This record gives sequence, structure tokens and C-alpha cells, in this order.
Amino acid sequence: MIINSRFFNRSELMGFIALAAVLFVILPLTLDVFRLNLVAKYLTYAFVALGLVLCWGYGGILSLGQGVFFGLGGYCMAMFLKLEASSVENTKIQSTPGIPDFMDWNQITALPLFWQPFHSLTFTIFAIILVPGLFALIIGTAMFKRRVGGTYFAIITQAVAAILTILIVGQQGYTGGINGMTDLRTLKGWDIRPDHAKIILYFVEVVLLFACIGIAQFIRLTKLGRILVAMREQEDRVRFSGYSVANFKIFAFCMAAIFAAIGGAMFALNVGFMSPSFVGIVPSIEMVIYTAVGGRMSIFGAIWGAILVNFAKTSLSESFPQLWLFGLGALFIAVVLAFPNGLSGLWADYVQPRIDQLFASRRAKAGWNDNSVADGAPAE
Amino acid sequence: MSDEANKGLLSPLRRKLLMGMAAVPAITMLPRASFAQAPATSAVNTTGLAVTDTEVTVGILHSATGTMAISETGSIQAEKLAIEQINAAGGVLGRKIKFIQEDGASDWPTFAEKAKKLLVNDKVAAIMGCWTSASRKAVLPVVEQYNGMLYYPTFYEGLEQSKNVIYTGQEATQQILAGLNWIAKEKGAKSFFFIGSDYIWPRTSNKIARKHVENVLKGKVVGEEYYALGSTQFNSVINKIKLTKPDVIFTDVVGGSNVAFYKQLKAAGVDLAKQPLLTISVTEDEIDGIGGENIAGAYACMKYFQSLDNPNNKAFVSAFKKMWGEKTVIGDVTQAAYLGPWLWKLTVEKAGSFDVDKIAAASPGVEFKGAPEGYVRVHENHHLWSKTRVGRAKLDGQFELIYETADLVEPDPFPKGYQ
Repeated sequence: MIINSRFFNRSELMGFIALAAVLFVILPLTLDVFRLNLVAKYLTYAFVALGLVLCWGYGGILSLGQGVFFGLGGYCMAMFLKLEASSVENTKIQSTPGIPDFMDWNQITALPLFWQPFHSLTFTIFAIILVPGLFALIIGTAMFKRRVGGTYFAIITQAVAAILTILIVGQQGYTGGINGMTDLRTLKGWDIRPDHAKIILYFVEVVLLFACIGIAQFIRLTKLGRILVAMREQEDRVRFSGYSVANFKIFAFCMAAIFAAIGGAMFALNVGFMSPSFVGIVPSIEMVIYTAVGGRMSIFGAIWGAILVNFAKTSLSESFPQLWLFGLGALFIAVVLAFPNGLSGLWADYVQPRIDQLFASRRAKAGWNDNSVADGAPAE
Repeated sequence: MSDEANKGLLSPLRRKLLMGMAAVPAITMLPRASFAQAPATSAVNTTGLAVTDTEVTVGILHSATGTMAISETGSIQAEKLAIEQINAAGGVLGRKIKFIQEDGASDWPTFAEKAKKLLVNDKVAAIMGCWTSASRKAVLPVVEQYNGMLYYPTFYEGLEQSKNVIYTGQEATQQILAGLNWIAKEKGAKSFFFIGSDYIWPRTSNKIARKHVENVLKGKVVGEEYYALGSTQFNSVINKIKLTKPDVIFTDVVGGSNVAFYKQLKAAGVDLAKQPLLTISVTEDEIDGIGGENIAGAYACMKYFQSLDNPNNKAFVSAFKKMWGEKTVIGDVTQAAYLGPWLWKLTVEKAGSFDVDKIAAASPGVEFKGAPEGYVRVHENHHLWSKTRVGRAKLDGQFELIYETADLVEPDPFPKGYQ
């Protein structure tokens, strides 16, 4: 019990310190602003991966539609930024100045009603959390209360991703269509494009990421986390023990949605862009791949997965513009075939024992009374 | 002293000779810089671009992978050909052009990321790139923020103008109006049916076409339908066409959807030899996929066809096939992409500098006599003056030139009365 009450066990603490050191110190010191901004972009996917660890790794609910929530969060943020960028003086060449440019191209002459509240930053911040959260609640309730799960649930989330993409593309007068929302400039008058703004946004994002890691870790260590794992392993037994399985699943799914939405909002801020190409089926599956490559059971593994896969994507495409997709595909296949638990599995199998050995031999020398057999992690 | 007399005689003669030679279009391909010493780098590059004493770096940014790769490959090939030809002729201000190619992967944010990489990391002097409007819209804020120079090849919807972009394709009015005038006069067309893919370019183009049909030609639009990108079911619209019997079907369906559309049209018994169809979205590249037998007889409104009969084009087509294979076809956008590096070279030499501000200022009035489409000139609004042409698709996948405007058409990205 004493051990369980510790927030991190030793290997997690090391993972935490390593990640914090890399993100807060090493990368900002070694990378130029352009590359740092790219890392900020990769990290937006780390939020999604974190959510997937909770919902897929622990809860056993595979969602192939996380792009929906990433997109909803991103679009909420982008709507606010777009309204600010569409001031009357910025848009005086339009037939109707003061509305976003894509509305003008589509012969819309007044700002639609559902856009109005996005003039307010406070409303926008609430919307980023609540819109995807409520949407996940509705989908989750509709599915899990009827005991739809597993593959069927994955297929339905995928259908939702496809539907939302079609909706966004089709309603281009209201959403910017396939072009998305481009040319986002300022946040409350603060220009988000220059270098110093990119650095500040990067640190804001890293802090947010660590806050989310904290929340995820907290959920994992409480009884809730244990029930999630129990549910994954033996759903019926949990149900017979008197727990409402559906409610726990809905909770995990909503948390994953909210994390993804925060990632999406940070994406809009860091990249200055939002488009339906983040909402659809392909990006949603990619997000699952990051998590799988990093290790779906491990919070830190999934985050590293998101960073490394995206880094590989950028560097491969820069070096081999014609062939890079094959390289990336090969990488996925290799990882999944050789290390089914992802990079974190690799770490746990090969690196961690060495480190433990090292510590153990030191302790033995020091003559410590060691009983750290069962650390806080739920059984894998 | 006899030396001096000789010089006095020689130099006007030499100048005259040079001027005479410069008038020959082919000579634009010969380097002026090779006659003189290349100017010092510090003088021609004051903003820290990737220019050395022997080299200048530009970026090529298109989709080499993804759904757009099939369309954008032609542009990549044309740009590489132009760069090779310019280098063979001595380069730009005495410097060879080196290019860095990046893949936009048919993904608009990737385009923005790569554009930023080219400008910030590689400090390229210019970017030849983008294809879809969506990718251009994504890249535009980046080139404006980092003061880059983008040469954009595709015909597009207009409603845009930037100091940092040269639009080497036609904007909507240049492409559409003359074609509609021609078909109204030639076929006595009064009723039109519009079919397009559902995104900004077809919608804006059709808006302009509708205004022109209703207000100028005093005709009628009897139907206007849009289909999602990639859509392959056109049977219901084909039934509507058969019911409304328009004088002209006017289409801007893009990409792979075209294959389904023309095949279904043919299967439904619509004979394009009798039913006039005017498209602004099918070039030789698309016919490659559609098949000549499915589209023969349709009219396309473009500024360039591979079959154009002029010496510039013949040289261009044979050089292109020599470099990329006999089977390659050259469409309107591919030709426009070929103009990019040439216009940039001519502008740099006119400005005597690689600085983006100076190139932007020097661009208006730059003319390229070696253009395969004949002759182009850059307008104050950074679009090109160019002719509008109508071609009829033949069985072999080529177009037969039917009509071209007598004069160059002025680009008008913000057309009054059409918005």
C-alpha cells in the first residue's frame, strides 16, 4: 500500500525526468526555432497518444476516430483565431469585409450564428474542452450503454470520422471546406507567427502536456485505473462485481477525447492552420499507430512514439521525397512485428532489467532491505 | 591609338550584334551573364539567401506522393527541365541553379511546413510549387511572413494577389470568358448546365461563368450541380442533363472523378460530337486516365495544348520527351510550371539581384518570348497576360486547336461585376 501511494515508481520517475529534461532543456537549447516549432507540432499528437493510452491501452477501447476530437478542438481554436484575423481592415478587399475570407468566396454575407460566440476567448477555451467532451459523451453513451464494443465500436468511430470530414468539406461556406482555415495570425492581439511567439507557445504546450500526463497518471493510480484494466481483461467479471462497465468506458473515452482536443487546439496555435485532413480516417489511424509504436500500455512510451514517428516522417520526407512513404511503412511493420508492445516494450524487456540489475547489485552491496516487488503499475 | 579606333568601331557593332541576337527568341536561352563576369554575391544578395559565387538554390515544392502526385508530377518534371536548360545556358547572373525538392504529400499543412523549411532553413531564393488552391492557401501566409517568392503554376479561381507570388497559370476570367463567348457565338448556345467538383475553384469559376452567361450572353443556366472530390457516381446528373437538354454542358470536375464522369456520359448515350461540352478542367494529363475514346469531341478551354504549332513549343515538347520519356504528355499546368524558373531567371536579370523585394518590384513587364504557349508578360498584379484557347479532344488524347483569342487576355483576379 505504501508503494502504491507513490505517484511514480522508479522507472516511471526516470521516464518522467528524461522526458522533462529533453522537452524543457535539451530541445530548446539545441534546436533552432523552425525545428522547435516542428517538435511543438509533433507534441500535439502526443496529447492524442496520451488519451489513447488511457482509453485503448488501459480501458481496452480501440477508437479509430480520435481525429474527430483533435479536429473539433482545433476547429474551435481556429474559429476564434480566424475571426480575429478577419477584422474589417484586414479584409477590405472582400465584398463583405469583416467575415472570414472563405465565407466571402461562398457568397455568405453575414457571420453565421454559431460563429458569433467564438469572438470570446473564454468561450473558445470552454468550447475546446466541452464540445469534444460532450460529443464523446453522446457517442460513448449511445454505444457503451448498448454494449457495443470492440471491433464494432472501432468501425463506428471510423464512420464518425468519415462523416465529420464530409460535413466539413461539404459546408465550405461555414468551415472553409477542403482548404481549411488558413492564415491565422493573432491571439488577443498577440502575433502568434514570429519566432519568440513560437518559443513561448512551445513551452505553454509542454507545460500543458505535463499537466495532462499528471492527470493520466493520477487516473491510472486510483481505483478507477484499476477498474479500467480489470475491464479490459475480464469485462464480465467486473460487471458481475456490480460495477457499471459502460460508465467507466464512457469516462475513459471522454478523457481521451478531451486530451485529443487540447492537442488539436495547440496544433491550430502552433501551426497557424486547421484543415479536414486532420479529422478523417487516415490521420485517426496514424494517431493509433503512434501509440502502438510507442507502446499503448505506457504513458511515456506513447508520447515518445508520437514524437519519434513524426520526426521520422519529417526527416525521411526531406531526404527521400519520392520514397519516404515506403520507408515509413516498413518502419511500422518492423516495429509491430518485432516488438508488439512498441518501443516501451523494448525498453522494459531489454534496457530496464539492466538498470534494475545495476541498482540491485548496489543495494545488495549496501545491504538494503529491499522488498520492491509489486510496484504500482497495473498488471500488464 | 589604332587600338582605340578599333574599339570605338567594334563596341557599337558588338552591341548591335548582341541586340540583334537578343531579338531572336531562342537567344533568350543563351546566357547574357556568360558574356560578362558574374556580379559579386554581396551585391546581388543583400538578404542572406542561399546564393554563392557559383550557385543559387531554389525550392521545388509539389506532391510527389498522395492523390495529387498524378497531377503534380508533370509540374515537377517541367520545372526540372527548365532549370536544366537554364543551367546549360549559363545559369542566372552567372550562377548555376541548384534545387532542393520537398514533398507536399497532397497534404496542405505539410505544404506549409515544407515551405517554411525551404525559406527558413534552406534560404531558397524562390519556390516553384503548389498545385491545388488549398496548398497555395496554406503556403501563402508562410511566403508572406518570411518574404519568399512563389511561382504558382495552376489555373485557379482568382480573388488573390500577393507581392510574394507570381501566378503563371490563368485566373478564372482569363480561362472562362473567352471560351464562353466563343461557344455562344459558334454554337448559338443559350442554355448551360454546370457540373463541378465541390470546392472553391469550381464554385468560383461557375459563379463567374453564371454571371457572364446571364448578364453578357443573355443566356440561361438550367442546372448547377456539385460532387464531392473523388466522387464516381454521376448517373443522376446525367439524367438531368438528358431531361433539360442544355445547349452546352460546362464542367469543372477535377481529378479522378473525370474518368467516371466521361465514361458514364458515354454509356448513357450522350454523344459529345452532337452535344457540345466545354470543360475547364481536362488537360492532356487527365485524358491519359479518361481515355481518348471517351472524351473525343469535347471542347477544353485552356491557354496551352501540347499540339500547339509554334517553334517554341516544338522545341519544348521534344526536350520534355527526351528528358522524361516518349510516353509523357504535357498539359496546360505543366507548361505553366515550365514558365516559373524562366520568368524568375529573367526577372532576376532584369532586377540585377536575387533580393525578393527587388524581384517583386521588377516582375511587372517581364516578358518571356521563349514560352511554349507563345509569348507571356507579367502584369502589375503578378498574373500573366496570356491567350485563351479552345481545343477539341481527339481520339489519340491530344487536342486540336479550334480557336484562340487574337490578343493576350488581361488577368483580372478581382473581376468587377462577377463577384
